[in-house]
Amino acid sequence: MKIELRREKVHNNFAKKVELISGQNLFACYQCGNCTAGCPVAFAMEVGPHEIIRYTLLGLEEEALGANTFWLCASCLQCTSRCPKGIDIARVMDALRMVVLRKKERKDRVEIPEFPEGFLEKLPQIAFVSGFRKFLS
Amino acid sequence: MDYLYFPGCTLYTKAKNFDQTARDCSLLLGFELKELKNWTCCGATFPLATDNIMALLPPSRILANAREEGTALTTLCAVCYNVIKRTNRLIQGDGEKRDKINNFIEKNYQGDLRILHYLEILKQEVGFPQLKEKVKRPLSGLKAGAYYGCMLLRPSEEMGFDDKERPTLFEEFLGALGAEAVEYPYKIECCGSFQSVGAPDVATECAYKILGSAVKNGAEVMVSTCPMCTFNIDHKQSDIKEKYLGFQSVPVFYFTQLLGIAMGLDYRTLGFDQNAVDPLPLLQKKGLL
Amino acid sequence: MGGNGFIKRAMVIGGGIAGISASIDLGNGGYEVVLVEKLPSIGGRMLQLSETFPTLDCAQCTLTPKTVETGQHSHIKLLTYSEVDGVEGRAGDFRVNIRRKAAYVDWDKCTGCGLCQQKCPSKNPSEFDRGMGLGKAIYTLSPQAVPNKPVINPSNCRYFKESKCKVCEKLCPVGAIDYEQKDRFVEERVGAIIIAVGFDLIPRETFGEYGYGEVPDVIDGLAFERLNSASGPTTGEIRRPSDGKIPKEVVFIQCTGSRDPERYMPYCSRVCCMYTAKHARLYKHKVHDGQAYIFYMDVRSTGKGYEEFIQQGMEEEGILYLRGRVSRIFRDGDKVMVWGADTLTGKKVEVAADMVVLATAIVPQKESKDLARKLGVKTDDHGFLAEAERKLRTVETDIEGIYIAGCAQGPKDIADAVAHANAAASKVQGLFAKH
Repeated sequence: MKIELRREKVHNNFAKKVELISGQNLFACYQCGNCTAGCPVAFAMEVGPHEIIRYTLLGLEEEALGANTFWLCASCLQCTSRCPKGIDIARVMDALRMVVLRKKERKDRVEIPEFPEGFLEKLPQIAFVSGFRKFLS
Repeated sequence: MDYLYFPGCTLYTKAKNFDQTARDCSLLLGFELKELKNWTCCGATFPLATDNIMALLPPSRILANAREEGTALTTLCAVCYNVIKRTNRLIQGDGEKRDKINNFIEKNYQGDLRILHYLEILKQEVGFPQLKEKVKRPLSGLKAGAYYGCMLLRPSEEMGFDDKERPTLFEEFLGALGAEAVEYPYKIECCGSFQSVGAPDVATECAYKILGSAVKNGAEVMVSTCPMCTFNIDHKQSDIKEKYLGFQSVPVFYFTQLLGIAMGLDYRTLGFDQNAVDPLPLLQKKGLL
Repeated sequence: MGGNGFIKRAMVIGGGIAGISASIDLGNGGYEVVLVEKLPSIGGRMLQLSETFPTLDCAQCTLTPKTVETGQHSHIKLLTYSEVDGVEGRAGDFRVNIRRKAAYVDWDKCTGCGLCQQKCPSKNPSEFDRGMGLGKAIYTLSPQAVPNKPVINPSNCRYFKESKCKVCEKLCPVGAIDYEQKDRFVEERVGAIIIAVGFDLIPRETFGEYGYGEVPDVIDGLAFERLNSASGPTTGEIRRPSDGKIPKEVVFIQCTGSRDPERYMPYCSRVCCMYTAKHARLYKHKVHDGQAYIFYMDVRSTGKGYEEFIQQGMEEEGILYLRGRVSRIFRDGDKVMVWGADTLTGKKVEVAADMVVLATAIVPQKESKDLARKLGVKTDDHGFLAEAERKLRTVETDIEGIYIAGCAQGPKDIADAVAHANAAASKVQGLFAKH
């Protein structure tokens, strides 16, 4: 596979939107991978957080939004706390979530009717309050 | 001294006994938890999207209302603590957002409320040596793994709770109660949090690693300060057992439960029936009932 | 002496390879040099090294001829175990007050026989061996020390702490031990000063995510040099500090505390890529069935033969380079768990290592700031001595007559430090020629 870069693609509107919502400068990332190295759920991610940032910077919206990476992020802030460039990666992950959830298609990540029997009663409220804010539009 | 108290939704309902225990213990320790007159859910997660001011309104309201009643606010739930404290910092530091929020909620809150987790009150205001003196039933011989999770510690510049790589506050608390705190590497790693809604298998794996690490280093029980963590590392042990046959159950206590035992409260009021893994057999064996 | 009483004598502060090189240059140029060194003997950091890149020549074989030449040079006055206490004056007439620290040994009487060191019963973690070996309370830094005269460290000495022992005094054949010695001050008048006080490493205790220095098998680069040195705590066998076992899985981590503007030093420490490759290669030379992993962000190998050295390490020694940082290190039973990333495959990687070597950031010596203040020279944002101009005047300071050489001005390798020192000496000679 090949990426064709043009100045319109690099740091395009998609990337700028992610930067706006997260308040982070994606150009600051020098791809050290520290975030991925310390992420407790990276084992289940298709691509690590550092790669998602790379895709975003290169303007590859489809690749970035198609990965399960940011959906799996638990906002534990381990990445943010150790990033040598001071990037709040957790905010970038949340920004990617917001980009998808705010689209007019209103596609939710989880479907409440699909929850197993008794699920809503079993879990503590805070799981749903926080979970729905991350997964539902 | 009395503290304004924010229970949070979960501790007010599903985990009411934790809340009640804390109130009873406080009186024994010389202070009172005064529940806020007006409170709502805090939102359960600090909004990471910088343009989401709506999500800041519930915690801002809590802060503004609390400030009208007093100067120091405490909570038992690590998630609530994180949301409220981070919101407070934001209000202190971002004048534009502060004005916008105050305008909307029709208050004039300036960010001058002190936010403390219950454990911080025990350390700073009561003092662990003084706590130790008031302990009626020391938890001798109980090897406990303190589970911090994320929300107490990060981001450390805003939370200021303890050293985010090697915290000791929780272990000091357990030591004051007479228990033997066990050090283990996964005590600061995430339990999976709300992924028990979005990707339950991933959360199960996180819990498995945390429990495994604690047990490997000698822990017999876990102690938590967050109802979300407690659910993930206690209730999800049944999910762990399905995947990892041979997994041995580990009782998980909410920190107020251990505090209650140590302070001599009747164990029947401590809500052990709500623990997924029954801790009574172990407590009996240790002679702590 | 030149016109108007301009004193054509130089002082060099710091007796590492830079200070020594500058002193020899000036001495050979016919000028008197006073070389002030805070440690008991000269040689600086090179004394702690085993081999140097890219040739893997023995560091002591390269260094000792120079230290001996310095010690024997007719024009060089060696004031070791001494520190600069205060400076007054200007170019052509600096009056430097020097504290000659109490060695508790009379160096005029001492013959360097070494009996006191052999018999001293006190064993303490040795600073020179980065806490890994045990040193005596009365010591020289190395068997080839210049000058070969010992000093007593009172905080480790049983006589000073408990009024016991006195074995050295009893055994010394020339009665050189003198517990009553005090610090004394001497003044030297010189026309120019070269500051060559070298560098330190950011302590590994700084890194919370790497264990705050409490995991014994997580060491820094200088400690590895000591492990690899024949004169070191393990006589050159690569054995890990905790249990003395030979490590089979060794992780080397570059950029520890460097290139980290958010939490530690923003700059690149310049030498770590090369010395890490060196360490990995030396490790493989000694432990053939071991695996070396190097976590890196980039490989900076700019000198002559440097890039070839790196490539050779990969091709011939099978060193695995993993492009990524390490987020966390912790002890797990017998092993040290390393959580890193390999961004070239994009994956999170975990290594259960036997030993970890951190290439920690180069920082100024802790005395640098104070010394700069005494001399009236500026330091930069990170505490290194400030050059007069970044490109064209890197051995000069803002003050006429005061020059800088070596790592005191910023991280650099031995070749560059020596060239820097040669340049500083040349500037001094230029200054003297004008008067």
